[in-house]
Amino acid sequence: MHWDIVWQNFDYFLWGAFPQGPLGGLAASILLAALGIFGAFWLGLAAGLMRLSKRIWVQIPSIVYIEIIRGVPLLMLIFWFYFLAPVILGRRLPEFECALVALIVFTGAYIGEIVRAGVQSLPRGQMEAARGTGLSHAQAMTHIILPQALRNMIPSFVNQFVSLTKDTSLAYIIGVNELTKAATTVNNRTVVAPTEIFITIALLYFVVCYVLTSASRRMEKHLSRYQARGR
Amino acid sequence: MPVIEVNKLNKWYGDFHVLKDINQTVEKGEVLVICGPSGSGKSTFIRCVNRLEEYQKGEVLFNGQDIQAKSVNVNQLRADIGIVFQQFNLYPHLTVLKNITLAPLKVKKTPRNQAEENGLALLERVGIHDQAHKYPAELSGGQQQRVAIARALAMRPQVMLFDEPTSALDPEMINEVLNVMKDLAREGMTMLCVTHEMGFAREVADRVIFMDSGIIVEEAPPDVFFNNPKHDRTKAFLKEIL
Ligand SMILES: Nc1ncnc2c1ncn2[C@@H]1O[C@H](COP(=O)(O)OP(=O)(O)OP(=O)(O)O)[C@@H](O)[C@H]1O
Ligand SMILES: [Mg+2]
Repeated sequence: MHWDIVWQNFDYFLWGAFPQGPLGGLAASILLAALGIFGAFWLGLAAGLMRLSKRIWVQIPSIVYIEIIRGVPLLMLIFWFYFLAPVILGRRLPEFECALVALIVFTGAYIGEIVRAGVQSLPRGQMEAARGTGLSHAQAMTHIILPQALRNMIPSFVNQFVSLTKDTSLAYIIGVNELTKAATTVNNRTVVAPTEIFITIALLYFVVCYVLTSASRRMEKHLSRYQARGR
Repeated sequence: MPVIEVNKLNKWYGDFHVLKDINQTVEKGEVLVICGPSGSGKSTFIRCVNRLEEYQKGEVLFNGQDIQAKSVNVNQLRADIGIVFQQFNLYPHLTVLKNITLAPLKVKKTPRNQAEENGLALLERVGIHDQAHKYPAELSGGQQQRVAIARALAMRPQVMLFDEPTSALDPEMINEVLNVMKDLAREGMTMLCVTHEMGFAREVADRVIFMDSGIIVEEAPPDVFFNNPKHDRTKAFLKEIL
């Protein structure tokens, strides 16, 4: 066994050549995932709310977006942004941005569906009661519907966010400097320790996803006060 | 001028004609009780009055103004016409006090301390000021419905609509809600109540109407309605519920 190789390169797995060189390794993966989660949440929220609109021309873009994305593999999206961005924008997008946009657009569609289902699953009486006291549709959404719906959606959100975190490894394909890339780089250079290296990498992904799920479980518990008590 | 005037109101759900030529005039301080079999259009009727339902023909006037006119601000209208539902529909993620203060804060822009003061006074009025900081799920059904009434009253409405407010309650809790409603009626609130609580109707209603299949079949003061109904359908209905 060659665990010494893993150990010698451990800091490279964690943050790449940083601070002398660019940020890489796990830190880049986490950054990609965090920005992706942030973007996908807002994009998905917008897509879900548009999907729920009564106005057909607001609905249609969101339906088209959600349906197309759900039928396309993430890897295709990454390639699209990588190869088509130069055609459309007239210049290359940096790899990190390409992967980030693809992750956001991809996960946003799933979040959109979760938001739509979550809002629809609330009893109709909640909206009626809110409108009945004179709140506008937007006020009822912000103060009554979304706070409840979003809480109910936390488990589904976390599933998506965990998937997204694991999917950041696909960014390796277009050469983004992240954890999987760091692993292959080290493996190609050292050759003799692929098992040790990839076990280590798998563990690192696992730890990040585990932290994400347990944080969400704690948050759910904290937010469920109004549901847990009473009848 | 009557507070509410309904002229030849007609509503359809698709092909289904649910309200047929409804006419009603409700003066300030009047209490109207609406009864009738399930599916007769009682809820639909009172929900047209605050535009929770849109109607296709006829008109509903609130203080002389057609409520479906383009110039009407629907949120303002609903602030002036409170509604209480069968299922309470309290906001489960907010405390009792916040359930009550939300609309005054957001719609009327009442300062928070004033909204809370009003809210607590209203809770006192419906007899549950000690529950202000609990969540709805921690209250009994009767208490929840009283919170719902307080929530509607917090907007200082001119009219209150009640849609079977006691139908979802255990029998022992019905009276605590009816008593709050009776107090309101005696204090001069204009009320449209869908209810089958005939004791309540006898005690505080000015008029009782009986609806069947979207039509107002009978309309009379409570003593006439209960002792001398004209129509066979009313008689049959009364026999069933009394
Ligand atoms: N959104 C809707 N779409 C289609 N039909 C509806 C809708 N809402 C109500 N209806 C129908 O309209 C009729 C009147 O309904 P409404 O709820 O007003 O009756 P109700 O008198 O309040 O009955 P209940 O005592 O059961 O509450 C019923 O036949 C009902 O099935
Ligand atoms: Mg009804």
